[in-house]
Amino acid sequence: MISSTSRHARGLCTLLLLIVPQVVFAVELDMREGVTAMSQDIHWLHTVMLWVCIVIGIIVFGAMGYTIVAHRRSKHPEPANFHEHLGVEIVWTLIPVLILAVLAYPAAKMLSEIEDNSDAALTVLITGSQWKWHYQYLEHDIGFYSNLSTPREQINSCGGWLLADTFCELPDGDSAAGKAERDANEHYLLEVDNPLVLPSNRKVRFLTASNDVIHSWWVPDFAVKQDAIPGFINEAWTNVPKTGTYRGQCTELCGKDHAFMPVVVEVRTEDEFDQWIEDQRIAKELASGQAVADREKTWTLAELKSIGEGVYLANCATCHQPNGAGQGTTYPALDGGEIAIGPMAAHIDRVMNGKAGTEMQSWAPQLSDRDIAAVITYERNAWSNQPDDNIVQPLTIFEYR
Amino acid sequence: MVAHAEHIPHRSGLAAFLSRWLLTTNHKEIGSLYLWFAFLMFFIGGALAMGIRLELFIPGIQLIAPGFYNQLVTMHGLIMVFGAVMPAFVGLANWQIPLMIGAPDMALPRLNNFSFWILPFAFSILLSSFFMEGGAPNFGWTFYAPLSTTYGPDSTDFFVFGVHLMGISSVLGAINIMVTIFNLRTPGMTLMQMPLFVWTWLITAFLLITAIPVLAGAVTMVLTDRHFGTSFFSADGGGDPVLFQHIFWFFGHPEVYIMILPGFGIASQIIPTFARKKLFGYNSMVYATVSIAFLSYVVWGHHMFATGMPLAAELFFMFCTMLIAVPTGVKVFNWVATMWRGSMTFETPMLFAIAFVILFTIGGFSGLMLAMVPADFQYHDTYFVVAHFHYVLYPGAIFGTMAAVYYWLPKWSGHMVDEWWGKLHFWTAITFVNLTFFPMHFSGLAGMPRRIVDYSHQFQDFNLISSFGAMGLGLTQVLFLFIVIKTIRGGEPATDKVWESAEGLEWTIPSPAPLHTFETPPPWPISETEAHEGAA
Amino acid sequence: MLCVLAVGMFGFAYALVPLYAVFCEITGINGKTSGQSVELLETESDSGREIKVQFLARVGNGLPWEFRPATHQYRVKLGQTSITSFYARNRATYAVTGQAVPSISPGHTAEYVKKVECFCFNQQELEAGEETNMPVKFYISEELPDDVNTVTLSYTMFRAPARKPPTHMAMLSSKRI
Repeated sequence: MISSTSRHARGLCTLLLLIVPQVVFAVELDMREGVTAMSQDIHWLHTVMLWVCIVIGIIVFGAMGYTIVAHRRSKHPEPANFHEHLGVEIVWTLIPVLILAVLAYPAAKMLSEIEDNSDAALTVLITGSQWKWHYQYLEHDIGFYSNLSTPREQINSCGGWLLADTFCELPDGDSAAGKAERDANEHYLLEVDNPLVLPSNRKVRFLTASNDVIHSWWVPDFAVKQDAIPGFINEAWTNVPKTGTYRGQCTELCGKDHAFMPVVVEVRTEDEFDQWIEDQRIAKELASGQAVADREKTWTLAELKSIGEGVYLANCATCHQPNGAGQGTTYPALDGGEIAIGPMAAHIDRVMNGKAGTEMQSWAPQLSDRDIAAVITYERNAWSNQPDDNIVQPLTIFEYR
Repeated sequence: MVAHAEHIPHRSGLAAFLSRWLLTTNHKEIGSLYLWFAFLMFFIGGALAMGIRLELFIPGIQLIAPGFYNQLVTMHGLIMVFGAVMPAFVGLANWQIPLMIGAPDMALPRLNNFSFWILPFAFSILLSSFFMEGGAPNFGWTFYAPLSTTYGPDSTDFFVFGVHLMGISSVLGAINIMVTIFNLRTPGMTLMQMPLFVWTWLITAFLLITAIPVLAGAVTMVLTDRHFGTSFFSADGGGDPVLFQHIFWFFGHPEVYIMILPGFGIASQIIPTFARKKLFGYNSMVYATVSIAFLSYVVWGHHMFATGMPLAAELFFMFCTMLIAVPTGVKVFNWVATMWRGSMTFETPMLFAIAFVILFTIGGFSGLMLAMVPADFQYHDTYFVVAHFHYVLYPGAIFGTMAAVYYWLPKWSGHMVDEWWGKLHFWTAITFVNLTFFPMHFSGLAGMPRRIVDYSHQFQDFNLISSFGAMGLGLTQVLFLFIVIKTIRGGEPATDKVWESAEGLEWTIPSPAPLHTFETPPPWPISETEAHEGAA
Repeated sequence: MLCVLAVGMFGFAYALVPLYAVFCEITGINGKTSGQSVELLETESDSGREIKVQFLARVGNGLPWEFRPATHQYRVKLGQTSITSFYARNRATYAVTGQAVPSISPGHTAEYVKKVECFCFNQQELEAGEETNMPVKFYISEELPDDVNTVTLSYTMFRAPARKPPTHMAMLSSKRI
């Protein structure tokens, strides 16, 4: 952000400012320094601001402390009689103005750097939806969803209180074991099934968008935080010099599971990244081969039901509940639900296309033909549901697409 | 607060009691109603906060389901802002403004009664939503679209209605206060001779009248978007969700100052009394308040830096926001200069006022840090922000109110506050307030987003401390309730002047304040011989 | 007098809506593009620098459509008219009407992207199973700021309401965005 000539001067300054707080505070009390040039610049600005505030604080609170001790009635029985001094008042109006002007300069300069999205080597479209992220590599025609991978048993400890009871009805809910696993899980709530993979040392441009409500994509170590707003796209960028795994979270309240849509980014070397892109391309072809095989096969009810249960628990249970009881009118019950025991076509339509204006999203782009067929079959046979047409084959879903 | 009951002809029975309090047009009684209402809401909002902090004690979901957690967060914010802080300040204004400017009552007494009695209905409607199908509003007190429009629960409509009622109450209250200040000052009292509490309230009233209708507009647009086919905030009809944030924060930032300016006024009354020295820089205090109010209308964008604002707008809002630090700094310096070379004693109101200055300044520091746009990208929507506004609101607005109650309660009730209990309350409150909110700076810097029901292990220690502090803070306020009741029921009788070097018209009337005061305007300026003649 | 002020501020909240719309149209800060088509360029420029244009297509909840750009990105010269198309298919067994909402990023470049023809100017009705290729004809003004070298055109396809209610934009400026 600051030209290379002044980088040395700034470096010295930084050194002084950085050493002191690290000695004073334990490291984890401070803002995360991060790994990108931008996050380190911001950390520098934060540190400068912090020290300006601390110094002003020491002066002001010091004066207060002094006067509280020295000018208490027992020590200072006769109050002075001044209540105005134009000169002093002008001075303490002007000094803050000067301090602020000095602070505003690096901030403004840094900002114009942050907003410079040009010359990116790679563009990733980040789409938020309730409650997961979708990443699409525009240059490579690769896209995938990124879901929280922390098991529900670890999250729900079931204290036995009424309010959390809905969460206790897990198929294998054992709260004590869940708690032990949670405590042992270093990345509790900050782990996903498919992380975003990025190359190191390449400028990456992020476009953020949303399918439903406003989300915000944040990785503290990159200092990238950008709102994902339905109907509009926003931009941000980063250039990560170091390989590694970086974790963040959604930071804009986006409904029930706002706490459960983490961001995980894996930064690999450029060669490894190119290899990964190639692997993804091959995997995609294999998957389409698998899809052909899936729809040529005629599946039994038991096969679909058992696959469907897994799909249901991973994707549907957070709203409709593992027992299909739903939650109030917001998340309708599937056990005996209108759609789940109604005509098959309507059921397929709702699962594949979602319902406008609700959290029920379109699953067609998210799940394979087999998984959609399986989850519909599961829903039509689970709990007390026993409609006449109780099985749908992947081929039907394929034809419907 | 009810000690002046003996001045009412004795009547018995529930009907008499009800008709007295329902129909009262007396500024002191309405002031008491406001204060008790605010106190009740403070405890309800506090109970919700306890729920939040209980859930956040350790990682994992133990007590509260995520959907219900969001309802708690939303209602805690709404009730504390609109139900506790604002009515408390209006209550103080009702009691004190007529007494401080030598007016017999508020200018529009029946309107005054009306604007209070709207509030219980507004908040009953709001609170009843907890028992509705689909639950209470769950989109945060900022009710960002489309979470509150397309995705809002059914109770959102009740929320809209409640906010409308609350807004009408605030605007009517503000009009009343403004008219009173402009028209009912005792002859001879110029604007620049008014006590600072009156000044800050005059400016607050201006902010209320101009900001609250914008909020009313925002909730109306939410309502029409939900039910009448408009698309102000949804992209598919040609609207824009970010427009909602612009409108909301155009109201929201002045609202922040609505909640703090009267606190500035209270500190400016209390500190000179106990420093036994006139307020330093009265004129600059007034000008600083006016400029803060003015600037509060051009900084709303600093709540929205992450929404993809263009560079020019980010710079504009950053510079304007930083500018607010200047008049705020002037105020803090003036308070310190007032204390400087005074002859101070530290009764409970003074302790709260000093804590107000120090802790509010800490909140101001984090505010300055948040104003720096690049750094804000890291702070935004984390616990750092939560720490910031709780430092401004709890030790700011709420300690300000408590300081005011300790300062004026002897005048209202005729009994001095037991200093031992008052100091106990102060020291426990200040300990727990810092224990609760200071660690939130650290969890925010470590990367904990706000409004999450569950968090990862790295934030565990800070949350444990915050939750522990919050439980203590909750208990501390029960102590406050006890002290207020104890003081009303009895205690050492207060003199008319109450505090040795208190200045102002309110100290010229007897303690407890009779129901009717200043029926003939008191002479101004007060001379020693004329004191005590103002009482009717 | 004060009541008038309060009522006036209530009105002002509504005034903010068109004010914001006008402000955004002038500055393009939210990436909205003009809802009106522009005339074809009279003379094609050949001297302009080349930039990258990217196309995004997204589908809103509840719309049973497949919707994607024919190409994800290509390079264009400033001042030269270019045509691309978007593929859409209705996979439902009934006719559905969609309305695309455009957005451009970076937002401030919206005013330089001139659309001669765009499917987003109108609603699209697709019969059951019908598929279509919808054209976008546009050029990018040579006045595009020098520091911009990538422009992204995004379209989100929403399900149009059965009976189209007037939008506030339509009411206020008689202009579809």
